[in-house]
Amino acid sequence: MTYNFDTLALHAGQVPDECYGARATPIYLTTSYVFKDSDQAAALFNMERAGHVYSRISNPTNAVLEERIAALEGGVGAIATASGQAALHLAIATLMGAGSHIVASRSLYGGSHNLLDYTLPRFGITTTFVDPRDLDAWRAAIRPETRLLFGETLGNPGLDVLNIPEVAAIAHQHGLPLMVDSTFTTPWLMRPFDHGADLIFHSATKFLGGHGVAIGGLLVDGGIFDWEASGGKFPTLTEPYEGFHGMDFSEESTIAAFLLRARREGLRDFGACMSPMTAFQLLQGVETLPLRMERHIANTRQAVAHLVKNDAVAGVGYPELENHPDHALAQKLLPRGAGSVFSFTLKSGRAGGRKFIEALRVFSHLANVGDAKSLVIHPASTTHFRMSDDALLASGIQPGTIRLSIGLEDAGDLIEDLNRGLAAAAKA
Amino acid sequence: MQIEVNGETAYAYTGGKPFDAKLPCVVFIHGAQNDHSVWSLQSRWFAHHGYAVLAVDLPGHGRSAGCPLPSIENLADWIELLLEKVGAGDTASNVSLVGHSMGSLTALECASRHPARITRIALIGTAVPMPVSDALLGAAKDKEAKAIGMINTWSHSPRGTIGGNTVPGMWLLGASRRLMERQKPGVLHNDLAACNAYSHGMDAAAALPCPALIVSGSRDMMTHPKAAAKLAAAIKEVRSVSLEGAGHALMAEQPDAVLDALRNFIV
Repeated sequence: MTYNFDTLALHAGQVPDECYGARATPIYLTTSYVFKDSDQAAALFNMERAGHVYSRISNPTNAVLEERIAALEGGVGAIATASGQAALHLAIATLMGAGSHIVASRSLYGGSHNLLDYTLPRFGITTTFVDPRDLDAWRAAIRPETRLLFGETLGNPGLDVLNIPEVAAIAHQHGLPLMVDSTFTTPWLMRPFDHGADLIFHSATKFLGGHGVAIGGLLVDGGIFDWEASGGKFPTLTEPYEGFHGMDFSEESTIAAFLLRARREGLRDFGACMSPMTAFQLLQGVETLPLRMERHIANTRQAVAHLVKNDAVAGVGYPELENHPDHALAQKLLPRGAGSVFSFTLKSGRAGGRKFIEALRVFSHLANVGDAKSLVIHPASTTHFRMSDDALLASGIQPGTIRLSIGLEDAGDLIEDLNRGLAAAAKA
Repeated sequence: MQIEVNGETAYAYTGGKPFDAKLPCVVFIHGAQNDHSVWSLQSRWFAHHGYAVLAVDLPGHGRSAGCPLPSIENLADWIELLLEKVGAGDTASNVSLVGHSMGSLTALECASRHPARITRIALIGTAVPMPVSDALLGAAKDKEAKAIGMINTWSHSPRGTIGGNTVPGMWLLGASRRLMERQKPGVLHNDLAACNAYSHGMDAAAALPCPALIVSGSRDMMTHPKAAAKLAAAIKEVRSVSLEGAGHALMAEQPDAVLDALRNFIV
């Protein structure tokens, strides 16, 4: 038999410990593993036997988390990384080198944008950013040296819903994979592989963990993309690699060549691995992911409905609202909900934003999202405080824009807190 | 490596070492709707321990061109032709066939039809006969995705279904499904029909001119261990190994135990 999502969230990847019967996943806080004999050691190094050698490459606790997320996403496997940024870098570094090009949505998390726009060009990898809603722009930006299309399932900051089926079709017409950052949606809201994506990564720091105590990332391979059929675009996966036994990863594994190279080269050489302690902490979060996401969405819907009808609010951007540009697409791709991070705009501008934030008692004022606790930030007075009102508007942010990450508290308490802030903002 | 067989290009993974026909040869034959990659660990071990390895993609599967062959007898003759082409067994007179599921029937039939070249056979996840239900055959013909789902569910043990994979970070059910989805339309029905129609396997077993190893999983729902025991009883020189808790996807669920059984039999 096969199991459903909620069961997999608790069990996938882990059977009770065979030594002591531990039901919880043990934390294998070890750097290395004793070989049974010389033959086994050689076989492990040469990939004749599977197992763990050194925790930078793999670790039993991490492996449980990796399997669990792969199961929840419907992929073939996953790699746990030090952070979501490390997962993004690992994917790019596995697929391409200097001279390659990426087409990415312009609605990205700032960290991803920094990596693509400022850092990677120094290593010879450039990116063209496109309006994620403009399918012609995706097509037009593809060049002979393009190796990846990339976007977020829910873009930042306007919650653009990535049209994964259409963008994936464009990618595949050009023999390219589509990777999505699924941090805001988690597999509970959407499984991007079911819609045509080829690779997924998560900042597990956010909803997968949920508790806000651990930084981590996960890179998941759908096992669908045929690297061999892409006409030599991906030599890292389809040609012998002198750096690892002369291995041709596609020959070695028909469906997991990408993961093989990413683990055997990327984790080995770049070393951005996850600590097993972190893997354990994230697993504690994943166990309750279905319950938490349900509550996140329920609370978000109440908060959105409340803000929409408040006189101090100029507008709310949430894809479940009919006036959101991606409302129809959200209905199709995100029927369980459009996440619990959204922005709204105060009529009272920059000054109102400050007053709103300062009046809140339940919402925590900080730069993170996806915590079990409700979070808030006012970009015009924090992350973007140096920008003029005009410059803010050009980047899609208004002086009175507030970003909320709705948590799991009592919905009535959250509404009451929002009312406190709205009343203060109205007086600004 | 690529080999021309019957005018079509066939592919065989050689375990990470160049194929050398002068060495004793081990041929790995995959099951229905699979390819060479199901043997990646075991084939690498043999290739790096003094054996010439051919983990084949059967015609129409994986990287091998052509149409899938419609019968076990055709597959057996194809293996013999492939061996003849590469010169395996010509000098060393030592060719071991290792087959899983449909591949096990192919190995049995090949050893029966071409005894001069085959030294021993290892049958992994086997049953003779290997009847396929009308429901599965029908689904394979008309609703391939549904049939793949049925096979994927039945091919894994309770433990395999929940995970704890030996290969770090790999989700067995997902990997198995994606590999099956990679094959061309029509391959699955062809393969299952070939298994279903193979009727004289017990005669071949009774007359088998070489030793055999049978490896079965105690939780195999596709080829039940009782059927494997019945087959073992019919073979003159046979060794049986039962892998406790394993389902039909033995090489993925218990790769080390399968390798150990093969080493003890072949080396």
